[in-house]
Amino acid sequence: MTSPDAGHGATEVGRVLASVASSERLRIVSTLIRITGDWDLSEDCFQDAVARALTSWPECGLPDNPGAWLTTVSKNLVIDALRRASTERNTTRRYALETEIDAQERLTAASGGEGREMLPGTSDDALDDDRLRLIFTCCHPALAMDARVALTLRTVVGLSVRETAHVFLVTEQTMQKRLVRTRAKIRAAGIPYRVPPAEMLPERTSGVLAVIYLLFTEGYSSGSGAELVRSALAEEAIRLSRLMVTLTRHSTQLPEVLGLLALELFQQSRAGSRIDDDGDLVLLEDQDRRLWDGAAISEGIAVLASAEEERQRLGGVPGTYQLQAQIAAQHATAPTAAATNFHRIAELYARLGRVSPSPIIDLNRAIAVALAEGSEAGLELLDILDRNAHLADYHLLPAARADLLRRGGRFADALPHYMRALELAPSDPERRFLQRRIDEMRTTAQTPSSTAPPGGPPMQVDAT
Amino acid sequence: MEYLLFIVSDPAAPTYIPEEDNIEEWVADLESRGVARGGNRLRPVSDATTVTVRDGKTIVTDGPFTETKEWIAGFDLIDVENLDEAIEIAAKHPMARFGRVEVRPVWPFE
Repeated sequence: MTSPDAGHGATEVGRVLASVASSERLRIVSTLIRITGDWDLSEDCFQDAVARALTSWPECGLPDNPGAWLTTVSKNLVIDALRRASTERNTTRRYALETEIDAQERLTAASGGEGREMLPGTSDDALDDDRLRLIFTCCHPALAMDARVALTLRTVVGLSVRETAHVFLVTEQTMQKRLVRTRAKIRAAGIPYRVPPAEMLPERTSGVLAVIYLLFTEGYSSGSGAELVRSALAEEAIRLSRLMVTLTRHSTQLPEVLGLLALELFQQSRAGSRIDDDGDLVLLEDQDRRLWDGAAISEGIAVLASAEEERQRLGGVPGTYQLQAQIAAQHATAPTAAATNFHRIAELYARLGRVSPSPIIDLNRAIAVALAEGSEAGLELLDILDRNAHLADYHLLPAARADLLRRGGRFADALPHYMRALELAPSDPERRFLQRRIDEMRTTAQTPSSTAPPGGPPMQVDAT
Repeated sequence: MEYLLFIVSDPAAPTYIPEEDNIEEWVADLESRGVARGGNRLRPVSDATTVTVRDGKTIVTDGPFTETKEWIAGFDLIDVENLDEAIEIAAKHPMARFGRVEVRPVWPFE
């Protein structure tokens, strides 16, 4: 223990505690869940340990190893709680916990060192496994997508119930009920707390990445309502992606995990220029590229390069996140919108469509083809998409058609498609954007002498 | 853990192809794992009878209790390690391709 008066004021203690609690929480909670099987108990005991640190550390001084302190106190609280509710099953779990911890403490004592962790399996790989177990369990496909996201936010990211509720725009009580129900299903349905075996790993890892990317895109542009950028959530998703890179560093899934991280970095690099001062959407091509975060772009390029390196080492074709990141890299590295390599982007969308067929990817490809070869080539591809029932209510399809027509100078033809897009658009900034275009079309259509099409290039789906 | 697999017909699923029905292989796999706890196919809903007792009176009606385009065509009780193993087994059932399989954990009385 360091001396209590050695400059560790309450602020300093609070700062250290906040930092240690956030960096150690996942390790501690995930290991306690593995041993006790009790999610609530594990989370509660960790929170209690933090509360105790808040009173104990200012009095007794910072422990030499704050992480180990939190671990030991959390563990003791769990053992106490199990002792109080001493049913037969709890007794078994308590013995399991005590035995594992004793073994660990003997090991630490024998090595003569101060234990970095007082929990069983201190090797990095073992701790990785506990965190991965928790992540894979939260993202199990037998849980509803909303439940996966909520549980991941609560348990893996460590948001409070109130904060998690805020993300879903529901009350704290409703979220609490949902979380309880989700954890009850994990137990009742027999969802295993483990890293999936090799044959399931590719599919389940994609499932985890899908949850993280959903977190990221929810942070990036909320589907409904005016709050377009929830950047804190996007930062959490990036943090989680970095953690997944570390945790899957020996896995065949590493290239796709790196691909996801690169994709998020490229998209996040534009967060500062995607919305103007009035909260309106700024299209990718109208954005002030000087506002893009150069450090994030450089990191994205480096991460994408190591994804490609790993993929070549492991074999196989690039997955969806790597391809999307390659597309995002084309945008991020183009000096101007006009200098963007749309031929390359159209080709990447074609490959992406083969790896994971989707009408939205086809729509993006049509826009890229229009920008590379001209509006007519893009409109031909949109005609094919018009026959796809899945896109019937998707606002970006009429928006894309309207913009390609506008670029071809066919303003009167563009107008009804802009109006259809306005009807379908889900968010206020998008509706405002489309209304501006409609006003422009009405003005311009009445002055046929005008040669240059108004406004910027077509509304691109700024997701890739 | 015990799970009951409901083998359910689905009018929207791909057409049944008898040559691709590997049910015997599936049953053999269950037997070799030692997880099978009994199962069978069921006669169609036209052979179903619904029984209700109201105010002490037994009401017997022809057909299933609800009109539906999907019906339970069979069932299998399995005893496996966890949901992942149940999912893996369910996914190999031919009716997972030509219909669907609902995996329900058995809820034993304590």
